[in-house]
Amino acid sequence: MSFDVPDELNYLESHEWTTTDEPARIGITDFAQNELGDVVFVELPAVGDEIEAGSAFGVIESIKAVSDLYAPVSGEVTAVNDDLFDQPELVNDDPFGEGWMLEVAPSDDAFDDLLSADEYRDQTT
Amino acid sequence: MARRHPPLADTHAATGASVTEFGGWAMPVEFDSIRVEHAAVRESVGRFDVSHMSQIDVAGPDATALMARLTTNDVGALAPGEAQYACITRTDGVILDDTVIYRLPDRDGEPAYLFVPNAGHDTQLTEWWVDHRDEWELDATVDNVTDEWAMFAVQGPDSPDHVAAVADDSMTDLARFEHRRSEIAGVDCTVARTGYTGEDGFEILCPADAAETVWSAFDCQPCGLGARDTLRIEAGFLLSGQDFDPDSLPRTPYEAGVGFTVDLDSEFVGRDALADQQERGVDRTFVGVTMRDRGVPREGYELVDEAGASVGRLTSGTMSPTLNEGIGLGYVAVDHADPGTSVGIVVRGTEKRAEITPLPFRSTSS
Repeated sequence: MSFDVPDELNYLESHEWTTTDEPARIGITDFAQNELGDVVFVELPAVGDEIEAGSAFGVIESIKAVSDLYAPVSGEVTAVNDDLFDQPELVNDDPFGEGWMLEVAPSDDAFDDLLSADEYRDQTT
Repeated sequence: MARRHPPLADTHAATGASVTEFGGWAMPVEFDSIRVEHAAVRESVGRFDVSHMSQIDVAGPDATALMARLTTNDVGALAPGEAQYACITRTDGVILDDTVIYRLPDRDGEPAYLFVPNAGHDTQLTEWWVDHRDEWELDATVDNVTDEWAMFAVQGPDSPDHVAAVADDSMTDLARFEHRRSEIAGVDCTVARTGYTGEDGFEILCPADAAETVWSAFDCQPCGLGARDTLRIEAGFLLSGQDFDPDSLPRTPYEAGVGFTVDLDSEFVGRDALADQQERGVDRTFVGVTMRDRGVPREGYELVDEAGASVGRLTSGTMSPTLNEGIGLGYVAVDHADPGTSVGIVVRGTEKRAEITPLPFRSTSS
């Protein structure tokens, strides 16, 4: 099976993606949603909360598993995808689009140690 | 210990099914998605490979006595072609395993049984049977035939039509917990009107070397252990090793909500302890819990009262695909067990509102 890995995004080994825009948009990858199976619940920080690169910022649950979500960047949360609370399956249906999770105003040096699309593809194949 | 594989391991792998280890067996957990497989069984029909279930054959002049003395239900009530659900208890009344007992056609004029305990329990329970047979000097054969049989479940409201289409007789007259021999796609099988989903359905035993023929005769959604679990939780059915376990979670049939399997008028291992408990009453009992806040109940989560004091613990839980709410199974103190009682579920350190709910969460279609 092959998974979608958009070239314009950056990745963590723990299967989160981020844009490097301001604000940075964050979600989980196609590979991750497939591994989890049917997503039924997400727990996310609120607008105004600070998240820290490499630390858990939330939790995602599928029918069969509970996983922490790790932050690819540090910064203040500026938007949360509230649609996921009622429609967590958007993460399965469209992980890079309607299944996005947070937008974050990155702090200085926020984008260290991210994988490129090629590097992430190598990890998942 | 080496992993055991069902006869159709290669067939399942070729479909891209993901595999999990369960009871020492490598079994398909998901063919498509749990939600799709679950919905197929609730709305139409699905088929499961449950060849990981154990099969033990008991036959001979004292077969009925041996079965009766090692299981909680009234084995003597079974005629050939009938089946019953029962517990296997030790002397203190704690459940070792739960099982379905099939009374087979008599063999050489003597009674014969096949009982189906849970995955990975076949060696231990065969020994349990042989040791007691020898101790009680009973005349019966006990054979672990787990590896000789494949077992499939075809479940859902449309399952009678699907079984009728491939069997040599219609099977629609088979009552719940009845079974009989039938040819499916030319293979001699035992077909029972039993299941573990809370739907109408059938379980089929066929020789391991004919598994492919029987499995592929059915044209319906293949389902894995993931959907089997969400379906049985909605139905409020116990899972051996998870909702009770003689070592890590010792529970009696009365505590586990299956007191209906206990016939105190029969003599069996554990009977006296259970008679005492029945008279005294239980301190804790098995209940359903429905989440009122957003969230997913899971095994191990603590249940608390309004003051935050512990009143029990969940042993199973999931997001119900049918009801679209978080549901759990577990044990609570009897004074918090009435349906409608408000409880808290501690999820990652945060208390969420929930309510004791009558079982099953979702009732059968049959």
